[in-house]
Amino acid sequence: MPLVFAGACSHAPGITGRAERADPAARERFYAAMERLRLALEAARPDALILVAAEHFANFFMSNMPAFALGMADEYDGPIEDERFLRIARRRVPGNRDLSERLIKRVLDEVDVAYAEEWLIDHGIAVPLHFLTPRWDLPIVPANINCQGPPLAPPHRAYAFGRALRRAADAVPERVALIGTGGLSHWPATPNSGKINEGWDREFLRRWCANDKAALTAYTDEDTYREGGQGGFEIRTFIAVAGAAEGGTGEVWCYEPIPIFAVGCTAAVMSLPGAG
Amino acid sequence: MSLYALQKLLFQLNRDPEVRRRFEADRDGLLAGYALTAEELEAVRKPDIGLLYVLGVNGQLLMHYAALRGFEWNAYLEAMREGVRRHGPVRAGVYALVPE
Repeated sequence: MPLVFAGACSHAPGITGRAERADPAARERFYAAMERLRLALEAARPDALILVAAEHFANFFMSNMPAFALGMADEYDGPIEDERFLRIARRRVPGNRDLSERLIKRVLDEVDVAYAEEWLIDHGIAVPLHFLTPRWDLPIVPANINCQGPPLAPPHRAYAFGRALRRAADAVPERVALIGTGGLSHWPATPNSGKINEGWDREFLRRWCANDKAALTAYTDEDTYREGGQGGFEIRTFIAVAGAAEGGTGEVWCYEPIPIFAVGCTAAVMSLPGAG
Repeated sequence: MSLYALQKLLFQLNRDPEVRRRFEADRDGLLAGYALTAEELEAVRKPDIGLLYVLGVNGQLLMHYAALRGFEWNAYLEAMREGVRRHGPVRAGVYALVPE
């Protein structure tokens, strides 16, 4: 069944954990866009949701760091963060081991992805799910791109990973949706937290909406680090969505810089040519 | 290699309740299992969040260790600034302070 939905959104822990400290109007505009994203996702009637996230040492560490990984389990626990810090209660999220296995087999035709039969979710997955599947009932397939511990796979490989996920999703009978989660420019967990390079973000989103592969994969880590901070390495998750929706174009439903959330809060979708 | 060991300790503390239990019940025994320098040991014990930041601990690890040791968000950000004032610029990693 062709992939039924492609979208992207922010996942910063402040979005839930420091909610009352944001400008209320900006926060509500972003929350409203996330609600719109939830309704669009539900309207696509997915059987499962691939979440392409930028894991933050919930599972993988520099002892053995995969460039790309997919979860292969029937359930996932988390979030690992302190409940008072994130304000999301710990729980068990459903997965689908059999579906994961079939997807992984297809992805391996194109990208050497690692798999994990045990996977703890962190804010990168929990914050989006808090908004998008508030009943926490849609089976997920967690995907991770290493955006945290350099050396990192270059953007063109993130694009290829997204394309491989698309082909894998197209090849299974289930209705599969895909959402990438990450920040654009941000300097999280540094004294610069709250710094946002809006011009750089908007240029990235312009390239993303055009699904301009050459422009999206032209980012070097040196440029990204200088203009977008170490958090900017997470543009890989958005680039993977563009790869999954190759030939389609994007639409940004919200871009709202919210310093206390540490990012330009984004909610966006991408059209899927040839999808049913 | 030592920064690796320091980060490994914080990684395991963040994700493993059993490691957190040992951190409370048998801190010396737990820390003996990691090849840490005297400076790193002191920074973990105090805790000197600012020094851990300057030593190059990745923010996605340090953020949670600071929360574990009772630093609320603003206190955590201030501890990192204070660390740079007292110990100088960040020595490793990608979480360096950038000029405004």
